[in-house]
Amino acid sequence: MTLSAKPTQQPAAAPLSEPTPRPAELRVALAQIAPALGDRQRNLALHLEQIKAAQREQADLVVFPELSLTGYFLRDMVPEVAMNRASAEIAELIEAASPMALVAGFVEEAEGHQFYNAGFYAEGGRLMHVHRKVYLPTYGLFEEHRYFSAGRRFRAFTSARFGRVGMLICEDLWHVSAATIMQAEEVDVLICIINSPARGVSGPKIATAETYELLARVFSQLLGTLLIVVNRVGFEDGLCFFGNSMVVGADGRIIAQAPQFDACLTTVSCDLAELRRERLITPLGRDEQLLLTIEELQRIKRRRYET
Amino acid sequence: MKLDPDKVELAINPALVEEILVRFIRNEITRTGFRRAVLGLSGGIDSSVVTYLAAKAMGPENVLAVTMPYKTSSEETRRDSQRVVEALGVQTLEAPISAQVEAYFAAFPDASRMRLANKCARERMTILYDQSVAFEGLVLGTSNKSELLLGYGTHFGDLASAINPIGDLYKTQLRQLAAHLQVPREILDKAPSGDLWVGQTDEDELGFAYADVDRLLVLLVDRRWQPDHLVAAGFDPAFVDRVLNMIRRNQYKRRMPVIAKLTHRTMDRDFRYPRDWGT
Repeated sequence: MTLSAKPTQQPAAAPLSEPTPRPAELRVALAQIAPALGDRQRNLALHLEQIKAAQREQADLVVFPELSLTGYFLRDMVPEVAMNRASAEIAELIEAASPMALVAGFVEEAEGHQFYNAGFYAEGGRLMHVHRKVYLPTYGLFEEHRYFSAGRRFRAFTSARFGRVGMLICEDLWHVSAATIMQAEEVDVLICIINSPARGVSGPKIATAETYELLARVFSQLLGTLLIVVNRVGFEDGLCFFGNSMVVGADGRIIAQAPQFDACLTTVSCDLAELRRERLITPLGRDEQLLLTIEELQRIKRRRYET
Repeated sequence: MKLDPDKVELAINPALVEEILVRFIRNEITRTGFRRAVLGLSGGIDSSVVTYLAAKAMGPENVLAVTMPYKTSSEETRRDSQRVVEALGVQTLEAPISAQVEAYFAAFPDASRMRLANKCARERMTILYDQSVAFEGLVLGTSNKSELLLGYGTHFGDLASAINPIGDLYKTQLRQLAAHLQVPREILDKAPSGDLWVGQTDEDELGFAYADVDRLLVLLVDRRWQPDHLVAAGFDPAFVDRVLNMIRRNQYKRRMPVIAKLTHRTMDRDFRYPRDWGT
């Protein structure tokens, strides 16, 4: 904050249309890595290396993919690689990144020895938020519910630097309930960390990559948010994680996209002032009838669960 | 959704498939500390495609293509294998199997053609695994999705490998990939054959064409259509029945042996680690 030249004088009241002042630029580094399966030490070193690279790129925020500290197809390794959110490894990463903001994925062992597929957000050297994946895919090639407990909440939080921030993990983005709650939470920046394996090779693009693009574009536009999606690369048991991490603007356009298949740190500057302009053009959040939604959901709750 | 059997999607994007499979081979070999690959080359489409992919992934000098002719193997087999070796510059080794197979069957002169074919496949498997030690490379599998589903392969014979890059591609799709990789025309054009006996072709032995069975398999397996819907859409009920039976009957070939459960933790049932564990 700058001091006024005439501190005795009261400044004129700010006009009502003035948005809350905060830095207009968010420089985000998408850390599209290939984590080592079940090897926390190697992954910690990989994270520290990428954090340094993001700092060299003068990023405000570095985002790693889902389960970035452990790898994905863990099966019975889940309890072996689990960590507490207060673990020394997470503390080391947060300190190394500070004051840059940091998002990474890990297996969280909570009290009562329940295991969660989780992601944390830290900023200015402080852990600010942990999201536990709510929707655990257990179909097709996925078996997450066998190993993880489901998270029980979608909550946004306020970053001093970027406004309202929300976090989702992979399958969460496939559920409109998550998007609806994030919109009600008045999110400005939505971060979705994923581990998506390639499936469908008949078209010009991998079918799953195409679906993620579609989801990201639709949700960023409907919610009027900046949406950051970070996927991993590399192979595990024949699964090919395709990368293609991206940043999508509030108008549903892809601002930047990381390469397919290759590990890469992609840094991109986003203009947060664009959110204001987009919400003036398409004020969907303003017009959202939240009370109507709540009342209707309560009615449905009575019908489906209480009769 | 209306099902039109004439519009079944079997087309692949061969450039995309090539890129994934080349990276897969390289990753799976190097993550275990190896840098070389060994495979049996028959001069057919499947093993030729795998040789092309392996040469791209590891460099031709790091690929050993082993030809293992039996006395009835055709001249065409030898010639087509040679075309692949020359086109790519991979390393090669000829290890004929007639002597050991004949020595064994001298004691069983009445053994069936099927026993002989299976014995040849298993003899080749032991050679590949032995050569994999000498060459310090992993054995690449060459069974495609059509064969794996129909059980058209020898258990612990040609079905055995360390990694299989083409097991999720139907024969029809492999042909597209082979054309994209510029596998020699002669190999693309000939009738698929395991060269199990003189004049043998897969399609004669199976009693149907890959083009037809692949359309049925993609609908049953990938698209999850019910058999009665497929019959209603025009598939011959006897054909659908036969293929379903083949898929079911051969499930054992796609799995490890069944273990009698006695404790709380049994391999692959509740002792569940990824195959890539520790790599």
